[in-house]
Amino acid sequence: MTMKTLGSVLLTAILAVLILAPADLTGLGLPWGGFRRSDIDVLTLWLITAIAAMGVNLIVGYAGQETLAQAAFLGIGAYLTALMTKAGYPFVAAFLASGLLSFVVGILLGFPALRVQKHYLAFVTLAFTVFAWLVFRNEEWLTGGVTGIQNIPRPTLFGFRSKPALVYYWFALAMTVALALVMAWILRSPWGRAFTALRENAIRAESLGVDVRTYTLLAFAIGSAYGGLAGALYAPFVEFIDPSPFALGPSLLFLLMVVVGGMGTQAGPFIGAAVAVLLQNRLEILQSSNPAFAHLSYLLVYAILVMVLMAFCPTGIVGLWQRITAPRRRPHADDKGPILGQVKS
Amino acid sequence: MADFLQLLVAGLATGAIYALAAIGFTLLWQTSQTINFAQGEFVMLPAFLALIAMNLGAPFPLAALIAILGAMVILGLTFKLAIVDPLIKSGPLPLVISTIGVGLLLKDGVKEFYSAEAQPFPKVFPETPFSLGGANFTYAQIAVLGVALAVIMALNWFLAGTRTGRQMQASAQNPTVARILGINVNRMIFYTFLINAILAAVASLLIAPSQFAKFSQGEQLGLAAFVAAIVGGFNQVRGAIVGGLVVGVADNFAPTLLSAAGLSSAYRQALPLFLLVLIILFRPQGLVGRKEERAI
Amino acid sequence: MLRTVSFALVAGLGLATSAMAQDTIKIPNIIELSGAGATVGTNWKNGSSMAVDEINAAGGILGKKIEMVFIDSASDPGKARVGIQRALDDTPIAIFGPIYSGSVSATLKLTEEAQVPQIIGGEAANLTAQGSKYIFRTSFGQNVSMPKIANYLRDGVKAKTVAVVYVNNDFGKGGRNAIIKELEARQIKVVADVSTEAGQADFAADVVKVKGANADAVFVYTNEEESARFLIEARKQGIDKPLIGETTLLGQKVIDLAKDAANGAKGHVGLTVDAAIPAVQEFGRKFQAKYNYKSDHNGMKGYIAPYMIKAAAEKAGKLDAKAIADALRGLTITPDKTPGILIEATWDETGEIDRISFLAEIKDGKQIITETLPKLKK
Repeated sequence: MTMKTLGSVLLTAILAVLILAPADLTGLGLPWGGFRRSDIDVLTLWLITAIAAMGVNLIVGYAGQETLAQAAFLGIGAYLTALMTKAGYPFVAAFLASGLLSFVVGILLGFPALRVQKHYLAFVTLAFTVFAWLVFRNEEWLTGGVTGIQNIPRPTLFGFRSKPALVYYWFALAMTVALALVMAWILRSPWGRAFTALRENAIRAESLGVDVRTYTLLAFAIGSAYGGLAGALYAPFVEFIDPSPFALGPSLLFLLMVVVGGMGTQAGPFIGAAVAVLLQNRLEILQSSNPAFAHLSYLLVYAILVMVLMAFCPTGIVGLWQRITAPRRRPHADDKGPILGQVKS
Repeated sequence: MADFLQLLVAGLATGAIYALAAIGFTLLWQTSQTINFAQGEFVMLPAFLALIAMNLGAPFPLAALIAILGAMVILGLTFKLAIVDPLIKSGPLPLVISTIGVGLLLKDGVKEFYSAEAQPFPKVFPETPFSLGGANFTYAQIAVLGVALAVIMALNWFLAGTRTGRQMQASAQNPTVARILGINVNRMIFYTFLINAILAAVASLLIAPSQFAKFSQGEQLGLAAFVAAIVGGFNQVRGAIVGGLVVGVADNFAPTLLSAAGLSSAYRQALPLFLLVLIILFRPQGLVGRKEERAI
Repeated sequence: MLRTVSFALVAGLGLATSAMAQDTIKIPNIIELSGAGATVGTNWKNGSSMAVDEINAAGGILGKKIEMVFIDSASDPGKARVGIQRALDDTPIAIFGPIYSGSVSATLKLTEEAQVPQIIGGEAANLTAQGSKYIFRTSFGQNVSMPKIANYLRDGVKAKTVAVVYVNNDFGKGGRNAIIKELEARQIKVVADVSTEAGQADFAADVVKVKGANADAVFVYTNEEESARFLIEARKQGIDKPLIGETTLLGQKVIDLAKDAANGAKGHVGLTVDAAIPAVQEFGRKFQAKYNYKSDHNGMKGYIAPYMIKAAAEKAGKLDAKAIADALRGLTITPDKTPGILIEATWDETGEIDRISFLAEIKDGKQIITETLPKLKK
């Protein structure tokens, strides 16, 4: 068996586990009671986070830009979906509109920012995030202000009500797989290959006729659209939204998780999101069940993990894994990374 | 007019503290391309070092000294050796990510191991009020402004008027040439980290009496310093000073400006950021920056 | 892709849940231990832990020891929701928290569906109006406290015009909406409506605005820290009009932070360690001794929560969530039978609390109770 077929077999196996593991299989005569509802919800949150992280990964890991606005796009999608579904529009329409609106805002935001100087996109997105957060908080007539929007319905799709946690999890899983496939297709298309060329050597790529600015702009807009789509899934998942998850802090955490996972790799966002969501969940359980760990707050552990990982393996967990399993291969996929600041000459 | 004066002085006093933080920010950037996302937490921490020293019985002047020295060790030396040095070769992004981690660590560490509550901080200068031109000020307010400006002037003198200062400038402008000229560039970089730590500690001790010491203070301070540095001009100490004062003053006039424009004062926080976007689009080198100029 | 496998497996295995011992009863607290509400949540945590230690030392509830579980909502309603769901999977007899009203709003449907009593710290007016029969307040909702404040402004301060300063979060905005409604009903004019942010750098501009409005009184409804900073700036700029507030303007934290500038602030206080009630003062001393600082009202709210459950469970005669909730509705808990309740309190069918409250003033760095307001219903 080649590595490639082995890979697809394993991928299929993972998918099968992800589909079946949370479910109660005792009805099929198997000794497996499935996951509890709260654990299923943690998995759903992981998937939604991973979708947004995929978008960040496209922007940061492939197009070499920085975005500090992913939480704001998540918010745009979440609010639009909440408003549309509560007004009676079907979820599918809200979902697509969320992606589209985020895409358009991404273009409007990225166009002037990328015109100036490469790393200024980071600054503009930072300002945008704070501004979006203020709009979510203050435009009470639209967003419900600080009290948020309640009772966001979970959709009924193909006759299935997605209200039960497990059904909504499967739905989120299906969307995640679909969006991951779209992302893989983007990256494998000639268009996506241009990114790889860009990342490896921008000047050479440009001389080969790659229009750097257009590609970068599109990458930013698509990455932002992933944020909007994740938001569209987040609103019915939580059934309630308010401005706090869409602030600057969470935007920084998205950037963090992509780098922790391994930017510029397709598995990176999933791993980064898993570390962020599952680590927090497990640590909090440990913290609350054992007084000895009372001060072991999730953020402390996460911060130390990030610092140690960056010091020893800036390519993230995927990079670390590559280093362990294949020491003879090219050691670093991407050490240069995007440049937040220009190195002075 | 009285209101104008009232707001102007309040804005300048806060702005001068932002300037201290912003200067440190630009210094690190110039010498080591470090964008320090933990800068706000750097300003938050020293006040707590002083509080710890006072809890152990130190009188305030000693506690303040301990805070500054502690900042030099933790935020200068340790930060450089443990975080920046191992990462500098990997390019800017891992370092940026790591400083975000440092910020989380400091913030959550103070919360977990000191307190989640805002802490009162000793008043160094008298809070006696006085009136001038119909507005009311306190001596403390004027003293904060004075101390901050004195520190900035001292720094300027150090950079321009001493041999070490000029060597630091040379190292920041062109490390290769500086090396050829026999300057110990690494040492110069190390000095900027120490200076950043001192500036952060001074800012911390100046702001804590009026804003109290709180673990989460760095979020707002860091953002202000960041905006100030960019608005002023990212490769200029002068720029950071102007930027700091502009952000401080703009924030105080924001409610008036917003209501004049028919907008809710709830958008107050947006004003400095609006300034930031305008600068980026129309004057990316910053308010006082020129494209080619000395770096420090 | 191969490398994804082991990570997924590790992540999956991490989700396997451990068996729980059943000799103690767990009560999960989903509270604000980080983020904007960290101070509030920490006070609650300390208060409720102290109560549980006492209850356990005295033999527990119906012979069972209680174990507190603390889940951080990070002051984020979405996380609070996930936290409550996690807590509900263990079929607890009760859930404590959240304290932020937004987080309560986001979670009260879950406890209602699961029929588990939820002892909340939230004060927004709309919480008890949403039809859940399973939430119970530990302090007055703004629908109860704001009429009292408005009466005080009309009768005590005799104000015709009021400037309102509030903090722009669910707590402050809710209070602002409620007070403006009450003031208008009493023909008192609101001449300034000033929004502030938690942790903002300067209060100079806000005070300038309030000063310019020249109202008969200023109503300040912000969290403790911002209250202190507003008071300092107000004294500096020489505002000589009465500064009136609710619990968060008159707390010990405000006095500690604002020092002399806090003197003269007046208003209504729902819960205070300074009440001249022996049980409350005893609580204050124990809290101070244990945690080395003075409890605020959130510490007291956290403290009475376990005693509410104790009294209700003993009335119901069993440790069952629904039975406890049923027992709590309409229950009056008195300090002679349950000393930990501190002050006699009654819960109505919607979970609203009724008990005495206080008019207070800060004098010489101390909160002085000037008047005790009776319970609404006797």
